[in-house]
Amino acid sequence: MADKKEWPLWEVFIRSQHGLAHRHVGSLHAPDAEMAILNARDVYTRRNEGVSIWVVRASDISASSPSEKGPMFDPANSKVYRHPTFYEIPEELGHM
Amino acid sequence: MSDQAALFEYLLRLGDNALILGHRLSEWCGHSPALEEDLALSNVALDLIGQTQLWLNLAGDVEGRGRDADKLAYLRDARDFRNVLLVEQPNGDFAATMARQFYFDAWHYLLLRELTGSKDSRIAEIAAKGLKEVTYHLERSREWVLRLGDGTEESHERMQTALDDLWMYTGELFETDEVDQAMIRSGMGPDLSTLHEPWLGLMHATAEEATLTLPQPGWAQRGGKRGMHSEHLGYILADLQFLQRAYPNATW
Repeated sequence: MADKKEWPLWEVFIRSQHGLAHRHVGSLHAPDAEMAILNARDVYTRRNEGVSIWVVRASDISASSPSEKGPMFDPANSKVYRHPTFYEIPEELGHM
Repeated sequence: MSDQAALFEYLLRLGDNALILGHRLSEWCGHSPALEEDLALSNVALDLIGQTQLWLNLAGDVEGRGRDADKLAYLRDARDFRNVLLVEQPNGDFAATMARQFYFDAWHYLLLRELTGSKDSRIAEIAAKGLKEVTYHLERSREWVLRLGDGTEESHERMQTALDDLWMYTGELFETDEVDQAMIRSGMGPDLSTLHEPWLGLMHATAEEATLTLPQPGWAQRGGKRGMHSEHLGYILADLQFLQRAYPNATW
């Protein structure tokens, strides 16, 4: 490579045999999306971990900012009533 | 040549192709252009070594002289190896490795696909298992030929050089001798010459998409299938067989 440019970084999401959703498993470098999927297959599914792969350019991910952690998440701390733990379940319903 | 002798030879060819190419690819381990590529090439190498074990164990059974895959891999001399010349060619640069791989994978894929219909169920089973792996090998090497061919000026030039340099070793893949004839007669293996057209079709389509020029049909270097090898095989075997030669019967 003449310009020595690094391949872009891709985030890899794998859905496992019994999983319902794709889970983030790690990242890797690849020149483009097709190669990123092939690389993900070789790096992250060697031991039968997956049945489906998603890759997304790391630079395309928008993330919440760690410095705003307080205002973002703390207010939910004091709102226990948002958890459905205060209902009495009639016995005849059994486990829900 | 008896049918049994022909089958033994044929299985050696299948096993030795996988063994020697697998070994070649393993030489990239720790040296690949990127970590991801290192893992990918090692995976392909391991697939091929796995296939080697199946083919050579079956060859040993057919021969009936108590040789298993390890004995056949570690204790034969170069003259007794039956791999095609293509797979013993040096790794060169990454483009050369990918050109060698693409030429071989396309042929390997077509061959295994035919062998899944072999009258010998042992051959059909091994071919079916290998075909899944090789389908992926082919996808990967094809993608690389496309990217290097249609990449930068330098990658294009290197890929073109690699295609040109290795072209003369592709003719041997489709050559049919008395061993192949015996396999065709017994319904165990395909007529290799019939694989040439689909192989060329894939080569042309890929070269065009990759903005590369496929070399013209020309003189073919041959002999590996009959044990006439280039000097490279001796060096490969020196590496591959050293431990068993220096410490006979050493086990893991």
